Amino acid sequence: MEDNIVLTARGINMTFPGVKALENVDFTLRRGEIHALMGENGAGKSTLIKCLTGINDFESGEIHIEGVEGPVKNHSTRDAQNVGISTVYQEVNLCPNLSVAENLFIGREPLTAIKTVDRNSYNKRSQKIMDDLGISVDVTQNLENYSLAIQQMVAIARAVDMECKVLILDEPTSSLDDEEVEKLFRLMRMLRDKGVGIIFVTHFLEQVYEVCDRITVLRNGTLVGEYPIADLPRVKLVAAMMGKDLDDLASIKGETKDLSHAPLEISARGLAHTGTVKPFDLDIHKGEVIGIGGLLGSGRSELARSIYGADKANVGTLKVKDQEVQIHQPIDAMNLGMGMLPDDRKAEGIIADLTVRENIILALQAKTGTFKKLSRQKQNEIADRYIDLLSIKTPTAETLVKQLSGGNQQKCILARWLATDPDFLILDEPTRGIDIGTKTEIQKLILELAEQGKSILFISSEIMEMVRTCNRMVIMRDGEKVGEVGGDITEQKVMHAIAGGES
Amino acid sequence: MNSNGNQLWKKIKAWPLLLPVVALLLVMAVNIFHDLMQGSNPLSFFTITLNQTTSGGTILYGRIIDILNRGSEVAILALGMTLVVSSSAGTDISVGSVMSLSASFCCMLLAGYGVANTSELAVPLIVGVLAAFAMGTLCGAFNGTLVAYFGIQPMVATLILFSAARAIGLLLCNNLIVYVRNSSFGAFGAFTGPVPTPILIAAICIALVALVLRNTSLGMYIQSVGINAKASRIAGLNSKKIIFLTYVICGFFAGVAGLVNSSRITSADSNNIGLYYEMDAILAVALGGNSLGGGKFNLAGSIIGAYTIQAITTTLYALGVSTDQAPVYKAIIVIIIVAIQSAPLKAYFRKRSNIKKTGTKEAARA
Amino acid sequence: MNKFKSMNSNTMLLLITVALFIVMYAGGCIAYGSKGFTHLQTFLNILITNSGLICVACGLTVVMLTAGIDISVGSLVAMDCMMLAVGMKSGIGAVQMCLLVLLVGVVFGMVQGFLIGYLEIQPFIVTMAGMFFGRGMTAVICTDQVSITQDINAAFYSWANAKVVLPFGGYVNNKGKYMAPFVRVEVIIALIVLILIFLMLRYTRFGRALYAIGGSEQSAAMMGLNVKQTKMKAYMLSSVLTSIGGICYCLNTMAGSVQQATGLEMDAISSAVIGGTLLTGGVGNVLGTFVGVLINGTISSIVKTNGKLASSWPNILTAALLFVFIVIQSLFAAMRTKKK
Repeated sequence: MEDNIVLTARGINMTFPGVKALENVDFTLRRGEIHALMGENGAGKSTLIKCLTGINDFESGEIHIEGVEGPVKNHSTRDAQNVGISTVYQEVNLCPNLSVAENLFIGREPLTAIKTVDRNSYNKRSQKIMDDLGISVDVTQNLENYSLAIQQMVAIARAVDMECKVLILDEPTSSLDDEEVEKLFRLMRMLRDKGVGIIFVTHFLEQVYEVCDRITVLRNGTLVGEYPIADLPRVKLVAAMMGKDLDDLASIKGETKDLSHAPLEISARGLAHTGTVKPFDLDIHKGEVIGIGGLLGSGRSELARSIYGADKANVGTLKVKDQEVQIHQPIDAMNLGMGMLPDDRKAEGIIADLTVRENIILALQAKTGTFKKLSRQKQNEIADRYIDLLSIKTPTAETLVKQLSGGNQQKCILARWLATDPDFLILDEPTRGIDIGTKTEIQKLILELAEQGKSILFISSEIMEMVRTCNRMVIMRDGEKVGEVGGDITEQKVMHAIAGGES
Repeated sequence: MNSNGNQLWKKIKAWPLLLPVVALLLVMAVNIFHDLMQGSNPLSFFTITLNQTTSGGTILYGRIIDILNRGSEVAILALGMTLVVSSSAGTDISVGSVMSLSASFCCMLLAGYGVANTSELAVPLIVGVLAAFAMGTLCGAFNGTLVAYFGIQPMVATLILFSAARAIGLLLCNNLIVYVRNSSFGAFGAFTGPVPTPILIAAICIALVALVLRNTSLGMYIQSVGINAKASRIAGLNSKKIIFLTYVICGFFAGVAGLVNSSRITSADSNNIGLYYEMDAILAVALGGNSLGGGKFNLAGSIIGAYTIQAITTTLYALGVSTDQAPVYKAIIVIIIVAIQSAPLKAYFRKRSNIKKTGTKEAARA
Repeated sequence: MNKFKSMNSNTMLLLITVALFIVMYAGGCIAYGSKGFTHLQTFLNILITNSGLICVACGLTVVMLTAGIDISVGSLVAMDCMMLAVGMKSGIGAVQMCLLVLLVGVVFGMVQGFLIGYLEIQPFIVTMAGMFFGRGMTAVICTDQVSITQDINAAFYSWANAKVVLPFGGYVNNKGKYMAPFVRVEVIIALIVLILIFLMLRYTRFGRALYAIGGSEQSAAMMGLNVKQTKMKAYMLSSVLTSIGGICYCLNTMAGSVQQATGLEMDAISSAVIGGTLLTGGVGNVLGTFVGVLINGTISSIVKTNGKLASSWPNILTAALLFVFIVIQSLFAAMRTKKK
């Protein structure tokens, strides 16, 4: 064993009912490195991490940790912490109602002589920890008063102070803006220099190249390989993750048509939802695909939601097909021919315990009315048609939707909206967290729908996706519409506009 | 075991009515055993006879008829409770108290305020009946508003009426037990032809709900909202309204049950009408194989569950347990059922059966 | 600034509560001053009659901090009282019976806590079953009302009648006799419980773990706290405190009966909620709960002093207050999420 190795996993096997989640996977982490763990959905990244942190019980294989005799088998996150493995997740796992200091020390508070917690002592120590890490907070304040980024750093600080040798960061940057990501990276580099081994899981390729030293790639539960970052350029990384070259991704876009003279589908004037999106004007023509560019939290989802009535717009006017309308809640929008695929599939998309059929016909049924129940035969027809059309991989239409993979769940929600035959469809991050193959299919579908004369509002955190598919892009910054990019859209232009430079 | 048998076993295990039917069979078994021990006809549990009443009518008589009759209120309550559990992942613990309040309100109107004992109706019967329904519905609307529109945990929200409704009923009745000794009022708890009227009322309620669920998409809406209210809203359902509606329905049925219950004793005994019924209704839902965590529901299960509860109660009384003591046994049954359904225990059993399976495989290999 | 506001909404709830108590008590003094409402003893009597409730509400606060609830407390108190009464009637000593009652509390809480903590069953369902179990068990022990008289157990009788006289705040009654204000043993017990629980919540690992679990159960588990065990301990503590409350209650009523302490869970929950404990867990403390108990006590006291109001009024008023505070809480919560 090399000297500077802190963690090795050898031949890890793990089976879920019907699925081989990990097959003979090896993983090595060295001291003082940031190691990216990459793979498509279902590749086994999270399963591997759960094996390391004791959430999953792997079947065979061995994990060794520096300074611990013999193979380690963790049975809980607590066990993992005891051997020096700490994890920070995307959703911060801290208690918002406790102070920062308490969050750092809960469960291991220093005690006084009479076994009570020594607040003074841990407040002082917490302040020092945070100061040392260059995070400026008042540790006696409740955690809920700080931004998500700070909360995440507090979580990391907690892990670091527990003398972790291995720090696992599971998609920590998903909800952060660029500036916050930068702060986080600074902290990660600092910890790396202190000798902590960091496992970094992310979907963002750029970030991998910015901060990582080494990459391990998994595919379908098996190890593809471990590479120093310099040896694996982006294209090769994608190829390693996908197992095939995906040049058709680049070629889906046809010519940009000028649709500015097509009839207006949606026309918003001064529309706003106080607190999330400032008054904006927006015209969408028939057959147009409009992208919304902007960082997370820029108001891009909120703009879409205010049109759809998911968050009711409280000022401004909205015209649909030249008719002024009032939308109080989603059903009103649906009756005007709208549909919305929300960004959070689990929370606002699927109805997990209903069948694929029920998930598909739900919106159509809601639109048709409570007292006009679609006949079972009609329901089956619709479900089968869309399962076929979108090639949803499901055993039957009566399978519970929760049993499908993320990409197929997303297709079910798409089917739900296509079944209502909308004129205007909002797709908020339809490609998030799904494999590249399905991503391509969805992008192609968007273009097809536009061909059919449907208008589409497309939001994605991957600018290239929108550049490839959109006729025009709206740029959002801090809850405000700051401009539009039309004509020949390039990634460069959009980035500039989002960043706020002169475009 | 051959594979055919295995398949059958799997099918049985997946049958949604497994739990209520097994429970019902168990209760019957206990009855047969008890009858045997007593030396009476072991099938007397199932015997139904036509008896002459003193007034000359013929009525159906038998233990099953008695269970169906006495179980009417619980069955009616279970209908509403099932929907509430499904849509909001919580239970309405106020139904017993609301029964009492509805009955008190009805009798107060029929007898006139402050009158404790009368055979004359102060207002037409229909007014009293509708008043009971309206009071139940109103209470349901109150609960529904708190749960759906204020986002309060269902059991906390319904706790308010759980404790206040009975007290308000007492207030309406001027702290008295109001007797309405009028046969038209007593009809709801008496006989229609040879059949006990409560059975018919329960049947009508069940048919009503079944009809609505069959011919509208409300059933899917309720389940959808119960599984994921936010997603349902985006898909065009008015989640809050649907949750609200289930509480209103539950309240309405509590009113119906209250009317039936007070009609049986032709009086409004605020302190005792509907006492412990919330427990029976919740138990019926759980026994029916429904998860108290909301989502999918099975109405048939709840109804079988309700009559099973009544069978348990009747059996307990037959075994010499007093009314006050019966809750002890029901509490234990509730706990056993929810414990069986609990995720950690299920996981534990799955693990054990897995170990068994792999164990036998390995044994076979060797 | 955000911080300032969020702190404000919690403290504001408590301030409303304290103000409500003062207004209510002052109102009582003005309306029923002639009936002796202004005497210190009226206040002390509220403490005496509600000493059991103080203990019970402290226990409930503990479980509510974990975002749980315990509605079995009322019937557990009834069961305790019945056990004490029947046990002493059959000749067992007062001390032994009190210890037995505490032991029953431990077991009762352990079972409930196990079901909630380890089997992850909803607290409401478990404690509802507990509530019916307790009430039914009371009837199993004895269906009659059993009184504890001096003949039955002299020791218990003497505890119940012991007066702890305060050196101040007395008044001279209309016969010219000086009436020294006093409290009873159960008040001392209740206040000791209150102080101990206050310190426990603030200064022990267990106490802080309760807050952490209420804040986010998942996070608490992720941070290595033993959530299951902590929850089980919380329900055990609740049942033990309820049993102590049951003894206090019995010292007050000197009887056991099936219908005793019905609706006590409601009083305890409303006391905690009115005192600023959030139903969603993680926020609250027993001092607030104490003020909540005082408000409930004042309502009963006013209704009793009035003498003409129906006995169901305190029940209705408590429920109404609970309603108001629950709605206020939910509005505050909605405001907070909106701000984010």
